[in-house]
Amino acid sequence: MSKLISIRQKETLIKGFLFACAAITLLTTLGIIWVLLSESYYFFQKVAIIDFLTDTEWTPLFTEKHFGIMPLLTGTLLTTVIALLVALPLGLSIAIYLNEYAPKGFRKAVKPLLEILAAVPTVVYGFFALVVVTPFLQSIWPSISGFNSLSAGIVMGIMIIPFISSLGEDALFAVPNTLRQASYGMGATRLQTSFRVLIPSASSGIIASIILAFSRAIGETMIVAVAAGQQPQLTLDPTVPIQTITSYIVQVSSGDVQHGSLEYNTIFAAGLALFVFTFVLNNISFWINKKYRQEYE
Amino acid sequence: MSKANLNRRKDQLFGYFGIFATLIGLLLLALFIFQIVSDGIGRLDWDFIKNLPSRKWEKAGILPAWTGTLWIFVLTAIVVIPVGVGAGVYLEEYAKKGRLSNLLEINISNLAGVPSIIYGIIGLQIFVRFMKLGGVLLAGAFTLALLILPIIIVATREAIKAVPKSIKEAAYGLGATKWQTIWTQVLPIASANIITGVILALARAIGETAPLIVIGALAYVPFVAKTPMDEFTVLPMQIFNWVSRPQQGFLLNAAAAILVLLMFVFVLNGAAVYLRNRSRKKFGL
Repeated sequence: MSKLISIRQKETLIKGFLFACAAITLLTTLGIIWVLLSESYYFFQKVAIIDFLTDTEWTPLFTEKHFGIMPLLTGTLLTTVIALLVALPLGLSIAIYLNEYAPKGFRKAVKPLLEILAAVPTVVYGFFALVVVTPFLQSIWPSISGFNSLSAGIVMGIMIIPFISSLGEDALFAVPNTLRQASYGMGATRLQTSFRVLIPSASSGIIASIILAFSRAIGETMIVAVAAGQQPQLTLDPTVPIQTITSYIVQVSSGDVQHGSLEYNTIFAAGLALFVFTFVLNNISFWINKKYRQEYE
Repeated sequence: MSKANLNRRKDQLFGYFGIFATLIGLLLLALFIFQIVSDGIGRLDWDFIKNLPSRKWEKAGILPAWTGTLWIFVLTAIVVIPVGVGAGVYLEEYAKKGRLSNLLEINISNLAGVPSIIYGIIGLQIFVRFMKLGGVLLAGAFTLALLILPIIIVATREAIKAVPKSIKEAAYGLGATKWQTIWTQVLPIASANIITGVILALARAIGETAPLIVIGALAYVPFVAKTPMDEFTVLPMQIFNWVSRPQQGFLLNAAAAILVLLMFVFVLNGAAVYLRNRSRKKFGL
């Protein structure tokens, strides 16, 4: 009898431990929110939120300080949009090609190869951007600066191709075969079937994958830290140095700014902006994906 | 040309573009890697592997960096495996469908999308400052463990889901308790797929730079870390440091260090793919 009870107690203990493991994920989220909010609170006691959102200069490390997040936001959006302009047409074409055109064996061989693109550490991509892509761009466009958002954006685009291609392919694959067959039965080509039947039917899954890639590009750090420069400026010119939210955080963290100072606290405000941005995007993507799943199951 | 012919032609053209799109990314990657090999291979010798960093690029080596990467790999694995697998088992086998498990699930997919640099910020505030660890290996490992936790949880759940129900029912039928069933039947069968997920996640962890910069890992470390409480650097940090310098020589060093890092990452990824294929053959999972 006592053995039985001890087994039961052991079961309860183990369940408790396993629950604690799962609970760590909740604590992590609470920790992120608490740290960002509490530290940003100190920052916003010294800097008005309206200045933070509307000032067009970001110069916390200079003697004349401005705390406008706009230049960092435009820098972030600029590199992200360039990355999507590269990744979107390529990623979607890959998804369509692998789904409708490619022989099965080719598809099987190519998918894991494409995943390699996402497995390469981002600091390595930063090196590519700085050492290979920027000199190449300079050879056809001499006025381009040594640090610029174009090169960083292009390389980031290559990195996020697999996000769009593999999630997009999953979405296309999930379209019921009857739709596909109906389209072919009407005499449509593979191209027509893809663009007029499959993509519209899979649109929510495809949009979800694009938003996810967008969010990933916003949070990407090392490529921009290495290749895009460290000059926050309010510009849409892809040939000049800029700074993104992430590379600003890297700059402050790797410099010798005093912990606890107002200058240092800027990274929490910047981090909060970044977190809110990606959080909203991820949830939109999650929500669209969930809705879409319900449609077909 | 008739309309049908035109459509067929377009269809064919898109087929070619599809091949182009599929291969262009891989070709560019191959070009990049070729460039790195040609830049870095000349610097990659025994001295480079066993030397400490130096202000002169000809003398600088990566001993603290690659030993730091090994440390981080091992420590992160020790921290993250029990927690990640435990959480996966809880969610898949114990959690009752309801609000709490829903919340946990949404939360985990959210955490997977949080930028890595944000993990650096909470690592800094919680492990480095609140727990007063300082910018040491252990703090780095804890931070990276949080970063890859969602990946390992998801991999564990998928692996457990793939275990046939009949096996569990057989164990229950023999009078095994829930945990006995999980420990002696479910986990052994799921282990290959779980290990695959763990390896992929760890490969991601050792390539991370940004969170470690934020928690204060050092760029210049002229010593080899001996305990988890030592300050440290890792290969990506060393690469970032060298890439940021103006002298051409340091770029060559960075290329050589990248070769070593890529070797680590590709070997891990290869091992993961091998394991996955083997378990597919063996169990049909």
